[in-house]
Amino acid sequence: MQTRNASPRIDEERLTRIRDFARGVRTSSLIQAEVQGQGYIGQALDLSDIMAVLYGDQLAYDPADPAWEDRDRCLMSMGHYALVLYAALAEAGILPKDELKTYAGDDSRLPMSAMASYTPGVEISGGSLGHGLAVANGVALGLRRKSSEAFVYNLLSDGELDEGSTWEAAAVAAHHRLDRLIAIVDFNNQQADGKSQHMLGTEPVDAKFEAFGWTARRVDGNDVEAVLNALIELRNEESERPRVLIADTKLGKGVSFLEQREKLHFMKVSDEEWDRAHDELREGHTA
Amino acid sequence: MNAQRLTSDAMSASIAREGQRTISAPLGHALVELAERNPDVVGLSADLAKYTDLHVFRDAMPDRFYQIGMAEQALIGAAAGLAQEGFVPFASTYSVFATRRAYDFLALDVAEAGLNVNMVCALPGLTTGYGPSHQATEDLAILRAMPDLTIVDPCDAVEIQQVVPQVAAVQGPTYTRILRGRVPAVLDEYDYEFELGRAKMLRDGADVLLISSGLMTERALEAAKELEADRVDVAVLHSSTLKPFDAETVLREVARDRLVLTLENHSVVGGLFDATAHVLVENGQARKVHPVGLPDEFLDAGALPTLNDRYGISTDMVVRKIKSLL
Repeated sequence: MQTRNASPRIDEERLTRIRDFARGVRTSSLIQAEVQGQGYIGQALDLSDIMAVLYGDQLAYDPADPAWEDRDRCLMSMGHYALVLYAALAEAGILPKDELKTYAGDDSRLPMSAMASYTPGVEISGGSLGHGLAVANGVALGLRRKSSEAFVYNLLSDGELDEGSTWEAAAVAAHHRLDRLIAIVDFNNQQADGKSQHMLGTEPVDAKFEAFGWTARRVDGNDVEAVLNALIELRNEESERPRVLIADTKLGKGVSFLEQREKLHFMKVSDEEWDRAHDELREGHTA
Repeated sequence: MNAQRLTSDAMSASIAREGQRTISAPLGHALVELAERNPDVVGLSADLAKYTDLHVFRDAMPDRFYQIGMAEQALIGAAAGLAQEGFVPFASTYSVFATRRAYDFLALDVAEAGLNVNMVCALPGLTTGYGPSHQATEDLAILRAMPDLTIVDPCDAVEIQQVVPQVAAVQGPTYTRILRGRVPAVLDEYDYEFELGRAKMLRDGADVLLISSGLMTERALEAAKELEADRVDVAVLHSSTLKPFDAETVLREVARDRLVLTLENHSVVGGLFDATAHVLVENGQARKVHPVGLPDEFLDAGALPTLNDRYGISTDMVVRKIKSLL
């Protein structure tokens, strides 16, 4: 069982533990993408550090009981990021690691787009973008009715900021003073048709959330220490405002040739490249 | 036919006729009664509590009511989240907004997840003269193809009060078409009890079978009474649950040699007529069935009595139609 770690003390041991967890998430993400030969590996790698801070440090959960009533709820809106969620759940001991190789296969519990009805530990069915924050509001209202101490995290992509429903939900969260709701926007600036800010300019995102009545922080989403620090601050802040972390991330983070590749929403990776990717992750970690 | 000049009151006023026995805000009162017994029941609305009778619940139990604002997607998302945490939400708005605007949220956050969210939506079919923006003439067509959704089209206040606890007891999503304000009380005269998924014979008759749902059942019963004078013996089968549809009862009643009509406060596309035809064809009992319902077009704005006549769903027009077919 991982309890809620409210301590603001950040030392090397804590950071090392989270970085180890992140390496595990990246490796587990690669294992899944490799089975398919392609996929949302760029997004999985960019979100791995955030997932490690959450599942390796911040979230309360019980691997033996994914539906444990007092757990923190982590709702992933962008269902196509499923592989990094499964990777984190596997590193957390909620899913067996052996199962990762079934990713996106027939009759697998790990579909290409994450769905609560398929997978233990997956809280909502994402995929149709712009839904997660609306559902997170209801979960937060429900937890408040139960006088629960649990927090609700909503992971959303920067593309979901194009959806009007995200902003409807942002207004509702502030109106109902959902101070145990923490949204995390993966700002990798990549959508299906190109750079997010070329599709629909949504900046300044932090100022927009502030104007909607939220407390916003913006950090490098691949800097484990910065993410941890921001999430601790947001959780401990004394206010009735909902909170959001805008995390600027790098698509393909941790595997150099994927970081440098032409940025794509859905990446193809050749057979040899998977070995190189695994090598880099191993070396990167020991370096 | 209504020759009198009608004011805008007639666009949205109570569907009850002058002097008719009514019950006020049956949804709101039934929900309060249910919530007194079940502490998990909560209510939500998208700026339409007052116009869906949910204000009765809001005023009786303010700490169990959530105002979401005029944001139907956020309404259904919030209801899904509350249901996920074990609550039994009743969410209200107009049928048009729930179905056209928030369909994706109802489909994926509620129905696919199998959550106990109960949509209670006002202004079904032709119950307002505001025109297509407010007239949910195709809500059943939109929703019938949604897997796992229970759909109910109650006739009157008596039935609405019985439907509320039964949809709450369904371990999955439901959609109920609500009549609001002073709602006629009709079915208590027929010793009726609502049973989810069951169509019920309200009166038997040898010459004509009317299969109806929603407020058209009241008009079917009135038409049947009027036709008695012409010695036409009319049966009325009330099928308020559109999904799951009571195929067994419909097949049994249609098998008798009678003129068959369906009556619905909905487009003739995708509602009760289609559900009936589907069951008959699928079971090899295809036969002529005459649809009475709203035409496959965007309806005019205007006064309800005028429009009910224009589109053939007033009692007078139903009587005429039956006579023309005999």
